[in-house]
Amino acid sequence: MTGTATLARPVAELIDVSRVYQMGTNEVRALDGIDCVFRDGDYWSIMGSSGSGKSTMLNLLGCIDRPTHGEYLVDGISVGDLDDDQLSELRGTHIGFIFQSFNLISQLNVLENIMVPLFYLDVPPAEGEARAVELARRVGLDDRLDHRPKELSGGQQQRVAIARSLVNQPSLLLADEATGNLDTATTAEILDLFDELHDEGMTILLVTHEADVGSRTSQTLWLKDGRVDKVLQNR
Amino acid sequence: MFGNNTFLRTFRLGVKSLMLHKLRSMLTTLGMLFGVASVVAMLAIGEGASKEAQDQIKQLGSQNIILRSIKPPEDMVSNQTVRVSVYGLTVADFDRIKATYPWAKSVVPVRMLQQEARVGKRLLNPRVLATTPTYLEATGRVIHEGRFLNDRDEAGFANVCVLGYEVARYLFPFESPVGKRVKLGADYFHVIGTMLPRVPIGSDQPDAGTAVTEEILIPLSTGRLWFGDMQVKIRSGSREMEQVELHEIVLAVDRPESVLVAAAATREMMKRFHKDIDYEVVVPLELLLREEATKRIFKIVLASIAGISLLVGGIGIMNVMLATVTERTREIGVRRALGAKRKHIVMQFLVETVVLSVGGGVLGIGLGLAIPKIVEVYTDMEPVLTVAAPALAFAISVGVGLLFGMYPAWRAANMDPVEALRHE
Repeated sequence: MTGTATLARPVAELIDVSRVYQMGTNEVRALDGIDCVFRDGDYWSIMGSSGSGKSTMLNLLGCIDRPTHGEYLVDGISVGDLDDDQLSELRGTHIGFIFQSFNLISQLNVLENIMVPLFYLDVPPAEGEARAVELARRVGLDDRLDHRPKELSGGQQQRVAIARSLVNQPSLLLADEATGNLDTATTAEILDLFDELHDEGMTILLVTHEADVGSRTSQTLWLKDGRVDKVLQNR
Repeated sequence: MFGNNTFLRTFRLGVKSLMLHKLRSMLTTLGMLFGVASVVAMLAIGEGASKEAQDQIKQLGSQNIILRSIKPPEDMVSNQTVRVSVYGLTVADFDRIKATYPWAKSVVPVRMLQQEARVGKRLLNPRVLATTPTYLEATGRVIHEGRFLNDRDEAGFANVCVLGYEVARYLFPFESPVGKRVKLGADYFHVIGTMLPRVPIGSDQPDAGTAVTEEILIPLSTGRLWFGDMQVKIRSGSREMEQVELHEIVLAVDRPESVLVAAAATREMMKRFHKDIDYEVVVPLELLLREEATKRIFKIVLASIAGISLLVGGIGIMNVMLATVTERTREIGVRRALGAKRKHIVMQFLVETVVLSVGGGVLGIGLGLAIPKIVEVYTDMEPVLTVAAPALAFAISVGVGLLFGMYPAWRAANMDPVEALRHE
């Protein structure tokens, strides 16, 4: 989809994917025959009005939901064939999540929050801690390791969340309205951080409804009524 | 997957999560605390109570069968001022028992005499027991000083006596009584030994009001020689004479299994030779068995009470954990999104529940061990603390945690991650 001559390895691939919800007797097609490929090192935004299927698409991409029809591949692994445990493991090893409301665990401090995904991967605590400290330094919070989330500003909390999403060295970083709860200045900081990550080769997908956020990414996928409306090259 | 390290971290996380709501967690553990405390305390007190009863019965000798003379109710109205009542066990009974029982280790006849004992100006009205040398073995009494009666004393009608502990203390406050003389009735008896006191028998005391250890023992033959079979009781307006050959026969059976058979046979035989019920057969083993049955019922009642309080405690914990799970739906969603499998979530909440219940349980064991101490100080009961009770209580609190944590943890693990993440 990038249209360049040498195509990078596909990280996430949706093949004729539909997601249908059964609401009583009504069928709601949240996603309806989506075909798209996100390649290694891509920086996408997914946009659309509310009800366009953004959230559903994000849930599918993040492997917390499965398509009703079609096939979704993460690093070549078909999600439809996996049971609940395998799906959890796939999330743990391949996906990094960033949420609008940060979703840090309030009883844990910064360091522990960054280390949460590693707990489920059986990474040895010493190694995990080294990784977490390094990432905290990367997002500029290495002097706040023992702070609780409520002692941090929104921007700082989101930096912790970004560090947490990177700690498992994912193939795909998914951000759901990551700047939605932040002021303009902080938003800029976070987007700068995404730019840096992109420059380092991370594959990033931002789901957003803010046009100026969307325009910071390389490409934008517009959704409308559960279908791909258009794809825009931003730079 | 769940190595030591993982478990330790899950445990620490559990404690941290519980510390978010200190008061709530504390109140939740109270249910377990009181449940477990009641288990430990009631076991100790129950054990103590039944041990006390059993000790009393064992004092009587669990391999003994005791026959006692009792005065039958007087059925005829008489205005005689002097009358003689003849009743009770006889020497013939004694001989029959002795001849009949192959199981008998010893058969001990006892006569009780009302005589005053005097040393100088010191006067006492003890129970004077005329008996044979086998008395010591059958009753399990212990000699303190000197020796007990022997066969030569019996054959030779010797004027010797053995003093009970209190009697010796009273009559000879400053010196050893052995070798001294005591005046019983009109005759002098040489003291050959003293006996250690036995724990008072309580309800089974043969003569109510008499301290059991206030007794003097003399040979049976000597007793009959000097004091005869007739005893005179002087009451206001009448003199009452009683002729009782033997007051007590203690039959010591050689094996515990034979006691009940021997008891049945004894009852049968006594019924045949005594028209009136002028005797009673006391079988300590039967009392012991009855006591065991009572103890069993007591234990069932205790277990039910403890079970109910633990159930209530468990339900309280489950209630709080269900609330916690709902409250932390978002956290569960986040953890699931970050790679947690169902079993990780189950583990997390199960550990939290067990921490609550075991925390309450451990405090409860502490309280449960303290209560018997308090009971001991304020009553004359002696609770018996066993290792089993706290161990059982601990196991129960782990079990309650697992049992009542199962459902909340299952609920948490089976949430749809998408829904859980959307939860506000």
